[in-house]
Amino acid sequence: MNHLKQFRDPDAAQTLLAAIRRIVTRPHAVMEICGGQTHAILKYGLDRLLPDEITLIHGPGCPVCVTPASVLDKAHEIAARPEVIFCSFGDMLRVPGTHTDLFSVKANGGDVRVVYSPLDAVKIARENPSREVIFFAIGFETTAPANAMAAYQARREKLPNFSMLVSHMRVPPAMEALLASPDCRVQGFLAAGHVCAVMGTEEYPPIADRFHVPIVVTGFEPVDVLQGVYQCVKQLEEGRAEVENAYARVVRRGGNPAALRILSDVFEPSDQFWRGLGLIPASGFRLRDEYAEYNAETKFGAVDHASSAEPDECISGLILQGAREPHQCSAFAKSCTPEHPLGAPMVSSEGACAAYYRYRRLEHAGR
Amino acid sequence: MNDFSCPIPKNEYDRVVLAHGGGGTLMARLIDSIFRPAFDNPTLNQRHDSAVFNLPATRIAFTTDSYVVRPLFFPGGDIGSMAVHGTVNDLAMSGARPFALSAGYILEEGLEMSVLRRVVESMSEAARRCGVSIVTGDTKVVDKGKGDGVFINTAGLGVIEHGLTIAPGEVRPGDAVIVNGDLGRHGAAILSVREGLEFSTPIESDSAPVHEAVAALFEAGVEVHCLRDLTRGGLVSAMNEIAEDARVTVRLDEDCIPVRDEVMGACELMGFDPLYMANEGRFAAFIAEKDADRALDVLRACEQARGAARVGRVEMSAAAPVVLRGVLGVERVLDRLSGEQLPRIC
Repeated sequence: MNHLKQFRDPDAAQTLLAAIRRIVTRPHAVMEICGGQTHAILKYGLDRLLPDEITLIHGPGCPVCVTPASVLDKAHEIAARPEVIFCSFGDMLRVPGTHTDLFSVKANGGDVRVVYSPLDAVKIARENPSREVIFFAIGFETTAPANAMAAYQARREKLPNFSMLVSHMRVPPAMEALLASPDCRVQGFLAAGHVCAVMGTEEYPPIADRFHVPIVVTGFEPVDVLQGVYQCVKQLEEGRAEVENAYARVVRRGGNPAALRILSDVFEPSDQFWRGLGLIPASGFRLRDEYAEYNAETKFGAVDHASSAEPDECISGLILQGAREPHQCSAFAKSCTPEHPLGAPMVSSEGACAAYYRYRRLEHAGR
Repeated sequence: MNDFSCPIPKNEYDRVVLAHGGGGTLMARLIDSIFRPAFDNPTLNQRHDSAVFNLPATRIAFTTDSYVVRPLFFPGGDIGSMAVHGTVNDLAMSGARPFALSAGYILEEGLEMSVLRRVVESMSEAARRCGVSIVTGDTKVVDKGKGDGVFINTAGLGVIEHGLTIAPGEVRPGDAVIVNGDLGRHGAAILSVREGLEFSTPIESDSAPVHEAVAALFEAGVEVHCLRDLTRGGLVSAMNEIAEDARVTVRLDEDCIPVRDEVMGACELMGFDPLYMANEGRFAAFIAEKDADRALDVLRACEQARGAARVGRVEMSAAAPVVLRGVLGVERVLDRLSGEQLPRIC
């Protein structure tokens, strides 16, 4: 059995499901932070296999979904400039800003390129000295070290034509913001395994203590998710609120020291706008002052966070907070589809709306 | 000034120039030095504006497809062999025996002649293996930057030597759905070379002609209701098209769908789903249930279908056109893609 199959093994899944059924005595609402976990849950139907007492609330951990429209508007403005080569991860291309998306900018003559690694953008800058090369540095703590490495490399090579449009998110402050909200239903968290692989787990005990919530570091395969749910439910049943690691094959308490070093060399924590959630203190990363000349906002002007508005119909803010489910939106699968998304959660492969559209649409639309 | 070089235009170029598409001596030379020797056959050698030949049957299949792929050469194939296999396979999907192909080239100025020669030789070899002649062709050259090296269009004529109707409308509840091998390899191979992802086990495209495997089904008298190649959009897109046309539901079983570990791994890495990945040597056959086991035996005896597997069955139209029973036993709808699959961020 290979590594992946081991964590999709029906027998292992059934064993965990039986264990969860055995211990559960009352209702619990557990939030999975990461969009990758949301997709695994819907793809494998884990929410249907779990006992009725357990509600899974989908969290804001989709990097595409939480990138503010104002930042996208800035990206579209920069990408349309004739001297620019704009490099982005693929799933940002279809995300709508206020007026357009990167696919349309590209169709209208903008030089927009999909890269798999931020270092590819540095290479493009090296090979095209007469063009301005901008990398769209978005995402959570997972992508931040590689993005930091790109800025570090560009500075080391003194590449004057490389810069990054940065919109980086940090998960723990967002969890605190969700928990501090008076409407919060979340009683326990499945923390995002890949984020913890980089950052370690030491940011979480203060949150577990302050809000008295169990936090279980969880992976992305079905058996991983069920293991996380089991440990979280066990804590809730026993009245404990601790940080546990259910993804120890990947996550170490201290994280990845090399990644953390480059991260703190290049970035520093900053207040950050989240699409749908608004401004959350200290919830992002920005380039340190030494890297100002590699900041696209230095070259092309700052992002105007006041300018962008969301379509009235779109309730992505409530979706991202776990307050509503995608099919409860009046636009879902009607005026909002993956072909014509109103909000980012319908675009990304990790967005909750896209997951419901893909796996549950026909049930909710009642074909 | 000692430059007394002869003003007669030169004939030998190591790259394609615009004049190669101009209709003059350079084009004639290109045709005579590269295309004609590679595709040599009596019909082509008529040197006429169109190929003239007799067909051995009155029912024919006629198809066309254009090939645009970057990089031109990839593990397991290249644009030349793909342009033959793809059109041969399109003919095979109507149960036709491939008979003749055309080849139209759009070349980008600056393309290295050696590259063109490799592509053409690969086409010639693929056509020979498929037992099909390339009987007519065309060449155009576009300005540098207006093409991607070489684009190829092939049209194909096939002869139909059976009396069956092979079409979505023939698909019936109860039919077995059989694929001729593991899925997703062509898409994964292209993606991994295009993006410079190196895997410890290199992924090779499944590009291959499948007409012999199809012919074997007919020769064995298997009741074939419909055939569909699993190219762009992969298994799921093809199943959706057929299920909608036939007004049935196709129920697939995830446990039975063959996908190699290295393809699964590459898809995990990039956030893709192998069931939507392109194939270039794979098809699905809708077979009357009574003949399903025999069809599997017949296919597995063919080189192009050794890995044949039964992946699902046709049912009366239900909640959705295509439903998959997942490995954990929960069913989910498999929808069409809205566009291309996009690589994910993290």
